[in-house]
Amino acid sequence: MIWDWEFAISILPEILRGLGVTLLAVFWGMTIALSLGLVWATARRSTNRLVAWPVACFVEFVRSTPLLVQIFFLFYVLPSLGLTLSPLLAGVVALGIHYSCYTSEVYRAGINAVPRGQWEAARALSFSRWESYRYVILPQAIPPIIPALGNYVIAMFKDAPLLSAITVLEILQRAKIIGNETFRYLEPFTVVGVIFLILSLLSGLLLTRLERRLKLVSA
Amino acid sequence: MPPPIDLLPSLMDGLRRTLVIAAGGSVLAIAFALLAGLGCLSRDPIVRTVARVYIEVFRGTSALVQLFWFYFALPILLGLRLDAMLVGVLVLGLNIGAYGAEVVRSAIESVPAGQVQAAAALSMNRWQTMRYIVLPQAILLMLPPFGNLLIELLKSTALVSMITVTDLTRAGLFLRDDTLRTAEVFGMLLLIYFSLSLMITAVMRGLERWLSHGQDYGGRQ
Repeated sequence: MIWDWEFAISILPEILRGLGVTLLAVFWGMTIALSLGLVWATARRSTNRLVAWPVACFVEFVRSTPLLVQIFFLFYVLPSLGLTLSPLLAGVVALGIHYSCYTSEVYRAGINAVPRGQWEAARALSFSRWESYRYVILPQAIPPIIPALGNYVIAMFKDAPLLSAITVLEILQRAKIIGNETFRYLEPFTVVGVIFLILSLLSGLLLTRLERRLKLVSA
Repeated sequence: MPPPIDLLPSLMDGLRRTLVIAAGGSVLAIAFALLAGLGCLSRDPIVRTVARVYIEVFRGTSALVQLFWFYFALPILLGLRLDAMLVGVLVLGLNIGAYGAEVVRSAIESVPAGQVQAAAALSMNRWQTMRYIVLPQAILLMLPPFGNLLIELLKSTALVSMITVTDLTRAGLFLRDDTLRTAEVFGMLLLIYFSLSLMITAVMRGLERWLSHGQDYGGRQ
């Protein structure tokens, strides 16, 4: 028998500890992505071209280059600027910045979908730009895009194993270490794959239900 | 500071491998996407299930985990060692193909039902309907999302550096160890990947214009 159940079960606690690190990275990475993404989206709508243009270029650049190289860039280049981040922190920041450029497009679509009249109404109430966003535009723009943002949570979860490249002890790195120590690669990597599959399918199902709920609310 | 052009020659070999993997992966991805996308719409429940399982498994797990599994775990099952480069092409093709299958499926489903009925009225069979009526219209809808997927594939080629393939990224890591010019090396890598992405975008735009030639939008209601 090639597959050893006993071995597969014995490595489960170690792999689940790695999963904890992965989920932690996704949580903080997504926190950064959601906040920065909103900043990019509003900056791109700015009437000041000196703000809108560089942000648009930055977003396009980050979206068109590999996350892995960006992770290396942050991890190896920042120390030479006098800012040394722990591997986990560098990875979280890389994930956050990379995905902020994707969420910014989602925010942009949401904001664009708010009817013009809402801006005009806010203006008629002499709201400032900030107040219009805060009290009129965003409360209408964000609920419809929650499912799309949720998809990026799942996408980030699937990209989090890239942090193993800078020695973060996340789920894939732990599986690799187990493999290197025991010379058994089949069980650790299969267990990791199955965990990913289960979690992605579950969160996909949750998202579909959430989407249906949101549609009912808005209808 | 002058641009670090002198770094380029040492990256060329890696760039060549990255291009080979991206090209091979793209061909495989398009083939898998068409097969699985059409498979989802098949009348045979077994074909439908196989296509569905393939799509869910490859979309549901991480591309890097898939690479590791095919490179480290699969050889144990098969009893033979696989070439890392080959694994890279195969896994990226399978991974992006699974995402592409959903694109193919939704594009075919969004061709108006009247088109299929019109084909039936002309007594075309299923294959002819697909070949001459549905696909030519569906392909136009597939192109923009496929362009994005090809850029995703190009970016994913960087992952093969982690299963020992000396692609552009890994060549950059070696070059950094040799020269210690960290910022320049990684900046150069980002610029090269960015230019390649721009090229894919340009080619896809051209393809779109070429394929939509003669489309009679005025005829639509």
